[in-house]
Amino acid sequence: MTPVAEQTGAWLESFTRQHPAAPWIRQLREEAFARFTQMGFPTTHDEEWRFTNVAPIARSRFQFRDIVGQVSGLPANVQAGAIAGDARQWLAKQAFDQNAFVALNTAFLNGGLFLRIPRGTVVEGPIEVVYSVDGQVGNLPHVGPRMLVVAGADTQFTLIERYTGQGRYLTNAVTEIVAGEGAVIDHYKVQHESGEAFHIGSLFANLGRSVNFSATSIAMGGALVRNDVNVTLSEGTEATLNGLYVVNGSQHVDNHTTIDHAKPHGTSHELYKGILDGKAGAVFNGRIMVRKDAQKTDSKQTNKNLVLSDEAVINTKPELQIFADDVRCTHGATIGQLDAESMFYLQSRGIGKDDARNLLTYAFAQDIVDRIKVQSLRDSLERILFEKLHERPQ
Amino acid sequence: MALLEIKNLHATVGEREILKGIDLTVDAGEVHAIMGPNGSGKSTLAQVLAGREVYAVTEGQVTYSGKDLLGMKPEDRAREGMFLAFQYPVEIPGISNTYFLRAALNARRKYEGLPEVDAFDFLELVREKMKLLEMDQALLNRPVNTGFSGGEKKRNEIFQMAVLEPKLAILDETDSGLDIDALKLVAHGVNALRGPERSMIVVTHYQRLLDYIVPDYVHVLADGRLVKSGGKELALQLEETGYAGLGIADEEEAVGRV
Ligand SMILES: Nc1ncnc2c1ncn2[C@@H]1O[C@H](COP(=O)(O)OP(=O)(O)OP(=O)(O)O)[C@@H](O)[C@H]1O
Ligand SMILES: [Mg+2]
Repeated sequence: MTPVAEQTGAWLESFTRQHPAAPWIRQLREEAFARFTQMGFPTTHDEEWRFTNVAPIARSRFQFRDIVGQVSGLPANVQAGAIAGDARQWLAKQAFDQNAFVALNTAFLNGGLFLRIPRGTVVEGPIEVVYSVDGQVGNLPHVGPRMLVVAGADTQFTLIERYTGQGRYLTNAVTEIVAGEGAVIDHYKVQHESGEAFHIGSLFANLGRSVNFSATSIAMGGALVRNDVNVTLSEGTEATLNGLYVVNGSQHVDNHTTIDHAKPHGTSHELYKGILDGKAGAVFNGRIMVRKDAQKTDSKQTNKNLVLSDEAVINTKPELQIFADDVRCTHGATIGQLDAESMFYLQSRGIGKDDARNLLTYAFAQDIVDRIKVQSLRDSLERILFEKLHERPQ
Repeated sequence: MALLEIKNLHATVGEREILKGIDLTVDAGEVHAIMGPNGSGKSTLAQVLAGREVYAVTEGQVTYSGKDLLGMKPEDRAREGMFLAFQYPVEIPGISNTYFLRAALNARRKYEGLPEVDAFDFLELVREKMKLLEMDQALLNRPVNTGFSGGEKKRNEIFQMAVLEPKLAILDETDSGLDIDALKLVAHGVNALRGPERSMIVVTHYQRLLDYIVPDYVHVLADGRLVKSGGKELALQLEETGYAGLGIADEEEAVGRV
C-alpha cells in the first residue's frame, strides 16, 4: 500500500459502517470519500499546510462517533433539523475537493444540523450550538460536526458555535452559511477544546448582495488546531473577520482565512490577534482575493502577535491576489513582546510582576473581546481568558 | 530617622554614567525640590529610586524607612509607600484607569494585610480625590492615559498619588506642559496631600511650580551631581540668574538668550 492508502484505509471501515441515508447523501459521501482517499492527509509539502503538521492525526486510529450539537436560543420560526430534503440545493456547493478534511467531514455526513432562517426574520438573542466530546470514554473518537445555515434575505441573527471536550479526540467540523441579500449576521466560534484534542474546522460563508457579515474566531484550546474561514462577497457586501488565538505549552494553532471579493463595492476588515507563550506555535495566513470585476473594493487586514516567551514561534503571512485596479487594500502584521515601560509603570504602582504581565496580556486581547456584541459571550470569554493566562508557571 | 537617605549614588545606562555620586537626605514631612537643566539626570534619579531596571547602580546606598531600597523590587517599593509621578506617563490601552488604580490599591492593601476593596467601595473611596483634582468619571473609565492630553496625564498621576497616599512622593516634572490653570489645580492637589507624614521630592526644570508648591529645600543637579543646595530662595536666585549664574551650562537656556 502507498502511505496515503495506508492512512486513509484505516478510515474505510468506519466509513462503510455509517448510518443509512438518502440516496443523494450516500452519493455525496462516496464522492467525498473517494476524493479524500485520493488526496490523503496534507503534508508540510503542501503550501496550505506548510507550518502545520497533521501527521499525528494521520497516524492515529480514530473511531467515528456521532455527535449532536446542543442547540439553544431557537425561536419558533427558525427551522432546525438534520441535513436532508431540500438542503441538497445548498450543501457542499463550496468545493470539498481542495481540502482533505472537508472531504472527510462530507464523507461522514450523518445528520448534521440544518438551520433555515426565513426571509425577513429578526432573531433577538443568539442561537447557540455546543459540541462537546468526551474522549475519556470508549475508543479514540473522531467527530464530524456539520452545519448548514441558509439565511433568507433581510434576516438578522447571531450564531455561536462552541467546541469543548475532555481527553483525546479529533473534531473535524464544517459550517456552511448561505446568506441572502441584505442579511445581517454575526457568527462566533469559540474553540475551547481539551488540551489533548485535535480540532480542524472550516467555515464557508457565501454572502449575497449588501450582506453585513462578521465572523469572530476564538481559539483557546486544543493540542493541534486548524481554522479555515472562507468568505465570498458579493456586490456591496461588508465582511468583518476577527480572531483571537491564545496558546501556551506545546499548543499549535493555524488560522487560514480567505476573503474573496468577487463583486464590486465590497468591504472587508480583518483583525486577528495572537498571544503565544511556552513552546507554542501559531500560524496566520490571510488571503485576500480581489477579482477583476471587484472594483472599489476596500479591504484592510491586520495581524498582531504578542510573544511572551523565547521559544514560541509565529508564522504570519498576508497573501494578496488583486486583479482589479481601482481598489484599496492594506495589510500589516506585527510581532512584539510586552512593553518594558508599561511593565515598569504597573510595577511602580505596586502591581506585582506576574499580575502586571497578565494585565498587559489581557489588555492586548481587549479590543477583540470588546468587539463581541453578545454580553454573555464577552463575560464567558473574559473568564476563559483569565484562566488561560494564569496557566503559566509562576 | 531619615525617611530617605541617599549616599554616593552612581548609576549608569549601558557604558555611560549618568548619576555621578548623589547624596541626599529627606526627613518625614519635608519637601525637596530638585532643579537642573535638561539631561542633568533628574529623571534618572527619580527612576532609579523607583527601581527601573534599565539603570544599573554601580556605587552607593539608599536607605528608605530604614530598609535597603536598592534591594527591593519596584512593586515592593510602591507597597512600602513610595510613589513616582512620571514625567512621561505611559499609555496602556485595554486597561481602564479605575481597574488599574484599584489593582494598585489592592496590591498595597494585600501587602499590608488589609482586605481588598471591590469596585463599588473603590468608587466611594475615590470620590473626594476625584473632586480634588476635578477628574471626571469619563476619564476614569477610559484606558490608562490613552489619548489623554498632556495636562490630563499629569493630573491623572497626581490623582493616583492622592488615592495611594504615599509616604514619599517623587514628582518628575509634573508641571511641564501645563497651562497656568492646570498647574494651579495640580499644585492644589499636591498641597492638599502635604503633611507631617508625607515627604516629597519635586523635580522641575523651572521655578514656576515652586511658586505654588513651596519647598523646604532646593537642590541643583548638574551633570549627575548635586552642585548646590539651599532653601527656597535658591529657586528664586536661579530664576534671576539662570543656571549660567551658577556656572552651569544649559543648552535650552543658551538658545533662549541669544
Ligand atoms: N534609558 C536611557 N538610555 C540612554 N540614555 C539615557 C537613558 N535615560 C537617560 N539617558 C541619558 O541620561 C541623561 C540624563 O537623562 P535624564 O532623563 O535623567 O535627564 P533629566 O534631567 O530628567 O532631563 P529633562 O529635563 O529633559 O527631563 C541624558 O543625557 C539622557 O539622554
Ligand atoms: Mg526628566
